[in-house]
Amino acid sequence: MTLEAKYGVPTVALHTDKFDRVVRSVAAVSGMPGLRQVFVPQPIMGKTARELRGYVDGKDQITGRPVMQEVVEGLTRPFEGGEEGPSEFDRASARLIGPDTAERLERLFLDSHWTDGLPIVLPTEERVAAMLAGTRRRAGEVVGRMRSTHFREYWEYSVEKVAVNAVMAGARPEYFPVILALAATGVTARSSSSSAMASMAVVNGPIRHEIAMNAGTGAMGPYNHANATIGRAYGLLSQNGQGGSVPGLSYMGNQGNSYAYNSVTFAENEERSPWEPFHVQQGFPASESAVSVFSGCRSTAFALGLRERHWREHVRNLLRGMDPSIPPTLLLDPLAARQFVDRGGFVKKADLIDWLYDTARMPAREYWDYQLVQNYIYPRATFGEEPWASKLRAAPDALIPMFRREDIHAVVVGGETNGYWRIMGCTYQKSVSVDRWR
Amino acid sequence: MAETIAVLNPMGFAPRVTRRALAPRLPTLEGKTVFLVDCRFDDSDLFLEQMRAWFTEHLPGVTPMVKRISSVYLNDDPATWEEIRSRGHAAIVGVGH
Repeated sequence: MTLEAKYGVPTVALHTDKFDRVVRSVAAVSGMPGLRQVFVPQPIMGKTARELRGYVDGKDQITGRPVMQEVVEGLTRPFEGGEEGPSEFDRASARLIGPDTAERLERLFLDSHWTDGLPIVLPTEERVAAMLAGTRRRAGEVVGRMRSTHFREYWEYSVEKVAVNAVMAGARPEYFPVILALAATGVTARSSSSSAMASMAVVNGPIRHEIAMNAGTGAMGPYNHANATIGRAYGLLSQNGQGGSVPGLSYMGNQGNSYAYNSVTFAENEERSPWEPFHVQQGFPASESAVSVFSGCRSTAFALGLRERHWREHVRNLLRGMDPSIPPTLLLDPLAARQFVDRGGFVKKADLIDWLYDTARMPAREYWDYQLVQNYIYPRATFGEEPWASKLRAAPDALIPMFRREDIHAVVVGGETNGYWRIMGCTYQKSVSVDRWR
Repeated sequence: MAETIAVLNPMGFAPRVTRRALAPRLPTLEGKTVFLVDCRFDDSDLFLEQMRAWFTEHLPGVTPMVKRISSVYLNDDPATWEEIRSRGHAAIVGVGH
């Protein structure tokens, strides 16, 4: 689209057929509905040269015409009347829906893809007003903007829009500052990525106790009302605030992800942690409440405690099992956190991170062959971006770090019923003050 | 008769969409340079090599040039776009998914 619009180069975009609806939609909302696009079969990945030549010689999967005929004509056939679309269009929608029966409205919300498929609380004016009482912020104030992917346009949302989604999720007004802070991150919990990623939200500070969040037994769900509904509200406000999350159109996660139902939302167990709280690491005073969001949650590894003889090898094995394109965040029950202190001498969390960084290594030849490393890291390395450019110069058998040190994190959560702990593959995005949204 | 209620719309505020001009099409590809732009996604380079071979076999008057973007597809790549504008006449970008 940039080549066409900004550089004036006639262009044809090639896609696989599974992305027909999504790429046409992206072109339309980018003001280029007439963009010439050609569709070959899915997948490209892993096919032989002969098979790929078959795609080139074959038919466009949408039009049924020869692929190369579509390509050549896409570059040479003039645009005909109306093909380039309207000069402008507006997608403003009414603030109120109805009146109608509750049953029909619930069906409308479900059919419009405004829910996560579970029953919702209908956002009546009375309920939304009650939610708005949970903050001193004005209903019309813009909280932030989101988009489901790099290629889509940003949509904005107001305090009232966030309140509507918080009501739908079943949240209580006292949770609303946390939900607004999540909205203010601008980090979507409904990425359209085909990798089916979810988000994770960690709450720190006094608000945890004020709204009875769970940082102990069962904190990562289900059971606790605040944890469950705050996380669900984050998902709903993301999918609606950004303008949709519809499978095949604006959500392409191939397998989906049940973490997305409440975006892995929990409070850190600061009181039982041997280290400083996560938000303090990010520069907040301990007395302030904040929420931190992580994206890309897909992979999880786990272990029980740290055995005396081979704990280092066991942790290394877990780390080696992670995809190197997604860094590890350790989710440690307090028992496991203290074992890391006792076994490894990691009195400071930074010491643990240093050790994890140094332990997570693999031969360069294996590292560079990972598909996601090829897609997202190798290009940056060849562009000279560090530390990947230096890694690219390593000998094939050299053991290179799998992750950047600054991308490795640890959070303490759990009720000490046992020393189980996990590694969540995810990327820390940002922390936002909850107190600013009270 | 069932009670009726009004509810609030949960959708955010969409930006207004304004049409962006598409580049004029070429009268012919004969004698032209067409860049095959590899967006570095899941073996796209292998696919575009096959497309280059097709041009060589079927439209020998076209000069197909395979060009990889400089970094990941998420980043803008003005140097590459400028090169294509200055050295080429058309582009095929792929393979997106």
